[in-house]
Amino acid sequence: MIEVDRAGRSFTVGRGRSRRTVHAVQDLSFTVEAGEFVGYLGPNGAGKSTTIKMLTGILAPTSGRIEVAGLDPLRRRTDLTRRIGVVFGQRTTLWWDLPLKDSFELVRHLYKVDRNDFRRRLDELADLLDLSGFLHTPVRQLSLGQRMRGDITAALLHDPAVLVLDEPTIGLDVVSKAAMRAFLGRLNAERGTTVLLTTHDLGDIEKLCRRVMLIHHGRLGFDGTLDDLRALAPGEDSIEDVVTHLYTAPPAER
Amino acid sequence: MPRRHPEEAAFPLRARFPSRPRPPSRARPPRHSGLPFSGLLSRTRLPLYARIAWYGFRRHSAYRTAALAGAFTNTVFGILRAHVLIALWEARPGLAGYDVADAVTFCFLSQAFIGPMQLFGGGLQLAERVRGGDVAVDLARPASLQAWNLADDLGRAAYLLLLRSVPPTLVGAALFGIVFPTEPAAWVFFTVSFVLGVVVSFGWRYLVALSSFWIVDDRGTQSLSLVLMMFFSGMVLPLNLFPGWLGTLAQSLPWAAMVQIPADVYLGKRDALEAFALQALWAAALLVLGALATRAARRKVVVQGG
Ligand SMILES: Nc1ncnc2c1ncn2[C@@H]1O[C@H](COP(=O)(O)OP(=O)(O)OP(=O)(O)O)[C@@H](O)[C@H]1O
Ligand SMILES: [Mg+2]
Repeated sequence: MIEVDRAGRSFTVGRGRSRRTVHAVQDLSFTVEAGEFVGYLGPNGAGKSTTIKMLTGILAPTSGRIEVAGLDPLRRRTDLTRRIGVVFGQRTTLWWDLPLKDSFELVRHLYKVDRNDFRRRLDELADLLDLSGFLHTPVRQLSLGQRMRGDITAALLHDPAVLVLDEPTIGLDVVSKAAMRAFLGRLNAERGTTVLLTTHDLGDIEKLCRRVMLIHHGRLGFDGTLDDLRALAPGEDSIEDVVTHLYTAPPAER
Repeated sequence: MPRRHPEEAAFPLRARFPSRPRPPSRARPPRHSGLPFSGLLSRTRLPLYARIAWYGFRRHSAYRTAALAGAFTNTVFGILRAHVLIALWEARPGLAGYDVADAVTFCFLSQAFIGPMQLFGGGLQLAERVRGGDVAVDLARPASLQAWNLADDLGRAAYLLLLRSVPPTLVGAALFGIVFPTEPAAWVFFTVSFVLGVVVSFGWRYLVALSSFWIVDDRGTQSLSLVLMMFFSGMVLPLNLFPGWLGTLAQSLPWAAMVQIPADVYLGKRDALEAFALQALWAAALLVLGALATRAARRKVVVQGG
C-alpha cells in the first residue's frame, strides 16, 4: 500500500556563509502492506512530518521513489487524495467560523462522495466518535479533542484505503486519547483501513501498533514488531525506557 | 466480569464498521491535470466552488462588527475626501473630464470599492497559512489551490459589498447627491466591470500571498503591493489627473481595473467593451501567472512547520 524506496529530502537553510543543507530524511526505505497498522516513531526533528508530507504529495522528495496506493504522490496527487485520508494533528482542515457539519458537506463535494454513502458514513462516524453534540457548533468553539474528532471524520468521509496520521492524539486528555485509540483500532481491524501513525505517545503505539518504525536523524533505525523493539534494549523495563535508550543511543545505521 | 476498557466509557461505541468491500481496483483513466485552469473550468466542479464561495461569504459574516466598523471608516473618509475634491473641482471645473458631481461620485465609489476589492491588500488567508505551514492541509486537498482561494475571495467580496459598499454610497447620495445611472444597461455594464475588477484584484493579491512561499517575511511585498494598489488604482487620485505618459501608463496597468475602470464605466466615461477587454486581459494574465506560480510552489517549495 505504501512503498518508499531510498527516499530523501533535504532543505537548504540560512543564507550567505551560514547557508547549509539539512537532511530531513535520508535513504529511507520501507513497505507497508494493506491492512497494517504501523507506528512511526522518532524524536523531535527526526523527519516524521517530512516523511508524511512526501507520502501525501505535499512535498517533493529530493531523491528516491515513493508510491502510495499504487500512485506517485506528486504526479498523481489529485487521484491519490481520493484514496488516502490525512490528519495533521496540529492543523485543521475544518472551516473555523462555520458549523462542523458544513465542513463535512464540503468534503462530500470535494471528494464527490455519493449523497447516500456520505449520509451513512457520517452517521457511523458521528456515532463512533460521538460528534452529535457539536455537529452544528462553529469549529472555533470546539475543544481541541472535539476538533480532532471532527478532523478525523473529515479525513474518513471518502472512505480512504489508507489513513495517515501526524500526531492525532497531541494535546488530548487521557479519556479522549483512549477513545481515539479505540476508534483507530477498530477502523483498522473491522474496516481494514491501512494506518500509518506518528505520535510521541508510546501508549498509542503499545495499544495499536503491531509494527513500529523508528526514525532518527532522518534515517530508519528500526523496523519491526513491538517485541523486537523491546528486545533491542533488554536492560530496560518499560517501552518508554526502551525508546529513550534508542533515541539517545540510536542503533547502528543500517 | 469482563473488564471494560476505559475508552468504551468515553464514546458509546454502538455502531460497528461494516467491513470494507475489497476495492474493485478504483483505477480511473488518468486525468490530465496539467492545464493551469483544469480546476477552474471543469464543469463538474462548479457546485464545489460555488459552495466554497458561499462559505467564504458566511465566514466573513462572522466578523460583522469589523465589517461595519470598516464601513463607518470608509464613509467618514469619503466625506472628507469629497470636501477636498469639491474644493479642487470648484477651483478647476471640468478637470480630467469630470464635473463636480462626477468627482464626488468617483470619490464615494472608490470608498465603496475598498472592501470588495480589498484595496489595502490582504483578504486572503493564504499568506498566513503559507507562513504558518497550514497550507499543507490546503495542498492535500483534491482541489486547485487557486480556484479554491478565488471562490473564497468572491464570497468575501460579495459579503463586503453588502456591508462595506452600500453604507458609504447611501451616505454619499444623501449628503452630496452622487450620480446614479438611469439606464439599466449602464448597471449591467457596471456589474460586469465590477466583478472583473474583483477578479483582477484577487489575481494580484493571490500572487502577493503566494510570494510568501519564497519570501518568508512578506512585509516588504505587502507594503509594496499596498502602495501600488492605492496609487495606481485611482484610489488616491483619479488616474485621469496623472499627466501625460504616466496617466496613459497608469490607465493600462492592472490596478486601474480595480477602481478607475469600473468607476468610469459607472460614470459612462469609458467605452464598456474596451473596459471589459482590458480588465479581462489583466484578469486572465494574473490568473495564468498565479496558476504557474502555484505549480512552481508545489514543485520546489517548502512547506513550513512540523
Ligand atoms: N521547511 C523546512 N525548512 C528547513 N528545514 C526543515 C523544514 N521542515 C523541516 N525541516 C527540518 O527537517 C527535520 C525534520 O523535521 P520534521 O518536521 O520532519 O520532524 P518531525 O520528526 O516531524 O519532528 P516533531 O516530532 O518535532 O514533529 C528537522 O531538522 C527540521 O529542522
Ligand atoms: Mg512533526
